[in-house]
Amino acid sequence: MSLLKINNLKANINGTEILHGINLEVNKGEIHAIMGPNGSGKSTLASVLAGKKEFEVTEGSVLFRNQNVLELEPDERSKMGIFLAFQYPVEIPGVSNMNFLRTALNEHKKYRGEEIIEPGTFLKLVREKANLVKMDPKFLSRAVNEGFSGGEKKRNEILQMAVLEPTLAILDETDSGLDIDALRIVAEGVNTLRNSENAFIVITHYQRLLNYIVPDFVHVLHNGKIIKSGTKDLALELEEKGYDWIIN
Amino acid sequence: MSNELIEQITKSDYKYGFVTNIEQEYAPKGLNEDTVRFISEKKNEPAYMLEFRLKAFRFWQQMKHPEWQKVNFPEIDLQDIYYYAAPKIKSKPKSLEEIDPEIRDTYNKLGIPLEEQKLLAGIAVDAVMDSISVATTFKDKLAEVGIIFCSISEAIQEYPQLIKQYLGSVVPYTDNYYAALNSAVFSDGSFVYIPKGVGCPMELSTYFRINAAQTGQFERTLIIADEGSYVSYLEGCTAPMRDENQLHAAVVELYAHKNAEIKYSTVQNWYPGDKEGKGGIYNFVTKRGLCAGDNSKISWTQVETGSAITWKYPSCVLKGNNSIGEFYSVALTNNYQQADTGTKMIHLGENTRSRIVSKGISAGHSDNSYRGLVKVARKATGARNYTQCDSLLIGDTCGAHTFPYIEVENQTAVVEHEATTSKISDDAIFYLNQRGISTEDAVGMIVNGYAREVIMQLPMEFAVEAQKLLAISLEGSVG
Ligand SMILES: Nc1ncnc2c1ncn2[C@@H]1O[C@H](COP(=O)(O)OP(=O)(O)OP(=O)(O)O)[C@@H](O)[C@H]1O
Ligand SMILES: [Mg+2]
Repeated sequence: MSLLKINNLKANINGTEILHGINLEVNKGEIHAIMGPNGSGKSTLASVLAGKKEFEVTEGSVLFRNQNVLELEPDERSKMGIFLAFQYPVEIPGVSNMNFLRTALNEHKKYRGEEIIEPGTFLKLVREKANLVKMDPKFLSRAVNEGFSGGEKKRNEILQMAVLEPTLAILDETDSGLDIDALRIVAEGVNTLRNSENAFIVITHYQRLLNYIVPDFVHVLHNGKIIKSGTKDLALELEEKGYDWIIN
Repeated sequence: MSNELIEQITKSDYKYGFVTNIEQEYAPKGLNEDTVRFISEKKNEPAYMLEFRLKAFRFWQQMKHPEWQKVNFPEIDLQDIYYYAAPKIKSKPKSLEEIDPEIRDTYNKLGIPLEEQKLLAGIAVDAVMDSISVATTFKDKLAEVGIIFCSISEAIQEYPQLIKQYLGSVVPYTDNYYAALNSAVFSDGSFVYIPKGVGCPMELSTYFRINAAQTGQFERTLIIADEGSYVSYLEGCTAPMRDENQLHAAVVELYAHKNAEIKYSTVQNWYPGDKEGKGGIYNFVTKRGLCAGDNSKISWTQVETGSAITWKYPSCVLKGNNSIGEFYSVALTNNYQQADTGTKMIHLGENTRSRIVSKGISAGHSDNSYRGLVKVARKATGARNYTQCDSLLIGDTCGAHTFPYIEVENQTAVVEHEATTSKISDDAIFYLNQRGISTEDAVGMIVNGYAREVIMQLPMEFAVEAQKLLAISLEGSVG
């Protein structure tokens, strides 16, 4: 069943076209990996899907759960189930991770017409989820990402994902900057959350992550276009040969 | 930040803007010696008070309006103001039940019920409407431990010794233009005396409300903490929405004896004027605390979101050795609001310490200045000051300025100053959006995070209120 359908998507920033017509379909239960050289447009694609205003969509469509999401505000897309684990998570001084997560979860619950979660119940839930990504609970009372190391920030993204349980999670280089243990923990987190109703788009430069999170499809993005798609073997091939053989 | 975003934050509504229909009694408009006499007479004051007022008035007449401030307003016609407006009360209510239902209703609407049993546990309230105090709660309970908490008018009658000794001892009428004016025409305010060794068992609070039109509110607050005592005092304020500007020129004096501590918190939400900058309160206030005794401590915390113009510098004079002064401030300006606020820390005694944390937030077309003086006198050996002064800008049509003045006459002094200016970034808003938090809530969250260090200084109930206020005051300024 189709969860996400991107059709001929073109997007500009400051008048420069970055995405030159992306086509991609993601079904429930699938994991897609997107690879590609620096500057090819991977993060741009992720931002456009999440609704970042700086990017202007000039052509094409994005259907998520059969709904055109290009018209929706970023927070609405989030509440519909799109989650983006940022390549560069932002620091929010003075706002505790806990308060932030609870506010976010409650917004999702309100959207779904569910009752908001009590602080006590939430505390239990978030501790459980922190344990899933082997995160020390002390990070919960610290300000969002403030002073977190690169790896801690990435882990915090996965914690947020675990709390919000999205239908479509886009992980933008979540593996970059993670040590080997952390990489495995993050991958385990993803595999635990994975089910037949949700899907993942994993943006990465390294085949290594894909040993842990095994993709159903691998796509190569170059110059704002998907120029090749294949199975997990494509990632192995890229690791060995680089991008030149596809680009030229 | 995108224009659309900024648009959204700068549009919000002031929810305290209603007017209460009660009969008011006025002094004739305008200001002259007769006005001063009228006020004093209305209040049935003893001769010493009239003398105090007249001296101040005559001094004020010689003064010129200051011009150094970084706020702009047309000259205020002081002859076009009522200096005395009081809700007409046939006889002063003897108990809280006798208060005019209209007045009671006003305070209920403001979330300040005057019935003691309904009040938040542990907070005693003095409610001041226009020129007079309309109710003081929990008086009897406080009296049991010897605490005096009443209107200043009552104190002038009942405790002349204390008034004579302390009124004007921290802020003399010669201090500045508006302090002189206040000393001449002040109408009412709160009086607190905490006896030796007593820790005040509840938060004391005054709620100021301007109701009458074309009226100035000149309240006067005096808090005395005797040796080894402690008190935490809260001040809140609102006013109806009116097209004209209204003057509020208060004087607050704090006096801390040896080993005493006074914590003074303000959540200021006077009507800020409309989106085009029409109307609103001119909040020109002199607040000063004197740490007279050794080891005393005075701490000012203020969250300022209201007023068309906020112009004040709650200050500490650190006279006692080892005394401590603190100033925690959040000043938020939006639309066409202006703020020129900060503090003065005057180190006179040895090993005196002061700490200043100022957080400015500007949005819309507003202008927000921090102005602070740290002065270390010749004899203040071992004095220390730490100042942190941050500005947060929302959009690019607002202004933020910092004017730190440092005067050090003792070489052992350590004075540190840190300053930052930042903007709410689109990336931060997008990050929160991406987790399902709307832009308006995201801005509220970011601003509250930024102001956290100050908010944390407030008593719990006020902290929650202040957080909401910060978020509401920015509603509509980011879209
Ligand atoms: N705000 C911007 N202004 C101008 N150009 C931009 C902007 N944001 C992105 N770009 C350009 O768009 C292109 C794609 O950037 P993007 O971040 O999507 O690449 P990426 O594939 O994620 O790269 P990496 O692997 O390094 O993360 C780059 O050439 C980048 O410089
Ligand atoms: Mg990228």
